[in-house]
Amino acid sequence: MNVAFKPDETFRGDFTFRNTPEAIRRFPLPFPEDKYMYSVNIEAHRPGPLGSVVEFAIDVDEHYVAECRERALVLQEDPLRFQALPHMMSAQWDCLELIMESLARDYPQHFTLDRQGSQWAWTNRPLGIQQSFTFGDPATLPQQPLEYITRQVQGDWVVMDQREGDLWAEAGMVTTQADWSLNFDVGMSFKEWHGPVPLAHEMGVFDRALKYLLGLRLNEPVRRLNWTMTINPRLDTSPETYHRWGPDRATITPQNAGDKAHLRVELQGLWRLPRSNGIVFSVRGYLISMRELVTVPKWARRVHRVLRDLHPALVDYKGLTRYRDAVVEYLAPFDDGSPTSPGTAPE
Amino acid sequence: MSHADTIPVRVVAVEQVTPQIKHFKLAAVDGSRLPAFSGGSHIIVVMNDVGRVHRNPYSLLGVPAQLETYEIAVRRMEQSRGGSHFMHDSVSVGTTLEIAHPVNLFGLSKIGRKHILIAGGVGITPILGQMEDLHQDGVPYEIHYSVRAPEHAAFLSRLQQRAADRLKLYYDSSGHAIDFDGLLSTQPLGTHFYVCGPAGMIEVVLAKARAWGWPESHIHWEQFSAPPAGEAFDVHLAKSRVDVHVVPDQSLLESIEAAGVEVPYLCRGGVCGFCRTDVLELDGELIHNDHYLSDEERASGRVIMPCVSRARCKKLVLDL
Repeated sequence: MNVAFKPDETFRGDFTFRNTPEAIRRFPLPFPEDKYMYSVNIEAHRPGPLGSVVEFAIDVDEHYVAECRERALVLQEDPLRFQALPHMMSAQWDCLELIMESLARDYPQHFTLDRQGSQWAWTNRPLGIQQSFTFGDPATLPQQPLEYITRQVQGDWVVMDQREGDLWAEAGMVTTQADWSLNFDVGMSFKEWHGPVPLAHEMGVFDRALKYLLGLRLNEPVRRLNWTMTINPRLDTSPETYHRWGPDRATITPQNAGDKAHLRVELQGLWRLPRSNGIVFSVRGYLISMRELVTVPKWARRVHRVLRDLHPALVDYKGLTRYRDAVVEYLAPFDDGSPTSPGTAPE
Repeated sequence: MSHADTIPVRVVAVEQVTPQIKHFKLAAVDGSRLPAFSGGSHIIVVMNDVGRVHRNPYSLLGVPAQLETYEIAVRRMEQSRGGSHFMHDSVSVGTTLEIAHPVNLFGLSKIGRKHILIAGGVGITPILGQMEDLHQDGVPYEIHYSVRAPEHAAFLSRLQQRAADRLKLYYDSSGHAIDFDGLLSTQPLGTHFYVCGPAGMIEVVLAKARAWGWPESHIHWEQFSAPPAGEAFDVHLAKSRVDVHVVPDQSLLESIEAAGVEVPYLCRGGVCGFCRTDVLELDGELIHNDHYLSDEERASGRVIMPCVSRARCKKLVLDL
C-alpha cells in the first residue's frame, strides 16, 4: 500500500487530525452486531484483506508520522510513559526485532533492516532515521531498545513477563491510552491490572483469557478489538493529564457531537516473544469522528443502536456517562430503523 | 494449535553420545534461520513412521543465540511406542523431519537471584539451554548432574567448558548422590530450584523442598512422560460423532488425531494441561499418567489428559 502521510496533523491544541475517505473505509469497526457485550473475542492475527488494518502484522497508516511526533511530545513532558524493569531487557530486544522485521518486510518502501549476525542497520525513511547497532548491546542505541523502536511505531506496547502461572506487565511504552497508566500499573499481574473492568470478572472472562495467553505460541499471534469514545481526536487521554481532557466530556451537545465525539477503537495484538518467553501486547488506537462515521450509512445505524442500548455499567466504565445521550441524539436521524447486514464491512 | 505451522528440517549431524543417547542437529530445509528461543524450551518433532505419525517433545539444548541449527538429544526408551526407536534406528544425516515452533514450559524465573539446576540422566537437556541463558545474563547458578556411571554423562565437555566450577557431577556407580537436604537448606532468599530427571527424583525433590518450606513459585520441574502402552479400548467422540479404536501402543491423543479430530496441546507429555478433556460417559476406569490433574479430578473420573492417559473400559465417551 502506498501511504500518503499527513505529517502536520495534531492530536492536541487545534486538533487538525482527520481521516481521508480511504482511512474511513478501512476503519476497524468493532461491532459485528447492533448490540455490544464483552466476549473473549480473540482470533488468530493472520494477514487480513488487502488494505485493511490487519493486512500486515503491524499497521502503518496515513497518521504514522504525526503520531510518532505526538509520542515524542508526550515523552518530552513525561518520560515515565516508558517503563522497563531491569529483568525485561531480553524482552525489549525481542520487541525491537519483532517491530523492525515486520515493518521492513511489509513496508520495504519505508523501512529497511540489514542483519549481519549481531550487526544490524536500520533505516526509517518517513522519520529520516538511520542507525547501526549491535543486537543485544543497549549501549549501541540512543535509548533502551524498546523505547527506541516504539518511538517509531504507532500504538502502545506493553511487555509482560510470564512466571508463576501469571503475566506481569513489566515494561512498555504507553502514550496513547484510554485512561490508564503504565507508570501506575507496572509490576502488576494480569488480574490486578484488569481489576477495574466491570462485569467481566464475574463472567470468568479473565480466567479464560489468562489461561489462553499462558499457552500463546511463538509464530501464532492473536488479536482482538476493544473500543471506547474520546472527545476531540486526542490520543493521550491518560490519568496524568486528566485535567486537560476530562472537562471536555461536559461540553458535548447534539449540535457539536459530530465533530467532537470520536469512536476510539483499539486493535490489540499479542505475540509470544522468543528469547524472553514473554508476551508483548500492542494497543493500536484508531479514531473516527461521528461526522466521519455517518458517511457510512450502515455504521451510523449500528453505532446508534449500540450506544443507545449499552449496559449502564459499561457506559460508566468507558467514561461515556456525560455525553452518551448527546451522541445518540446526533446519530438518531441517521438511523431509519432498516436492518444492518451482518459483519462490520461498510456494505 | 494446529500443525500447520511446522518447520521442515533436515538432520545435519548425528552422534551417539552415551550408550543410550543420540544427539541430533537439525537445520531448516530452506536454509533460513530457525526461530529464537529461551532456555528450557522444547520442540515437538513430527516423525512419519511407517503407517503412523509420532509427535514427541524434545528439549532444545543448543545455544539460544545460535540459530543455524537446533540441537536435541534422544534417549532410547525401552518401553518406547516407537518415537525414540524411530529417532535412533531410522534417522540419519539427511533425514527430513517436521518440527513445531519452540514452547517453554520450564522457563527460568527472570527475577531469580540465584538458580540451582538439578539434572538426572537425559534430564540434562533443558538445563543445557538454561545454562546458556544464565551465562549470557551473568546470573549466579549451580548445576548438579546425576548419572548412573561415567559413560552415561552426556554433554560433559560442554558443561565443563561453560560451567566449570559451577558444575557438580554425581555417579550412582560410585554411591554418590545429590544431597538435596543440604542444597535446599542453605540457599539465599530469591533462589530458584529447577529439576529435570526421572519421576522418582522429581518426587523426592518436590517433597523435600516443600518440607524445607520452599514456596511453590520457586520450585520448577519438567518431566515429559512418554505415553505408556496398555490395553486396546474404544472411544466415542460426542461432538465430532466419531468412533475411535485405540490400539495398545498408540496414545489416546494420537488415535484421536489419526481419526481427523484436532485437540489443542502444547507438551504431549502430561504437563501443560492443554489437552485436558471432559469425560461424558465411562463404564470402566481411567488410567491417569499425567502430572497435571489434581487428585480430586483423577478420582472424579470426569476428566482425562489424552496425551498420556488411557482407559480400561468397554465404553468411553469424550466431549470432543
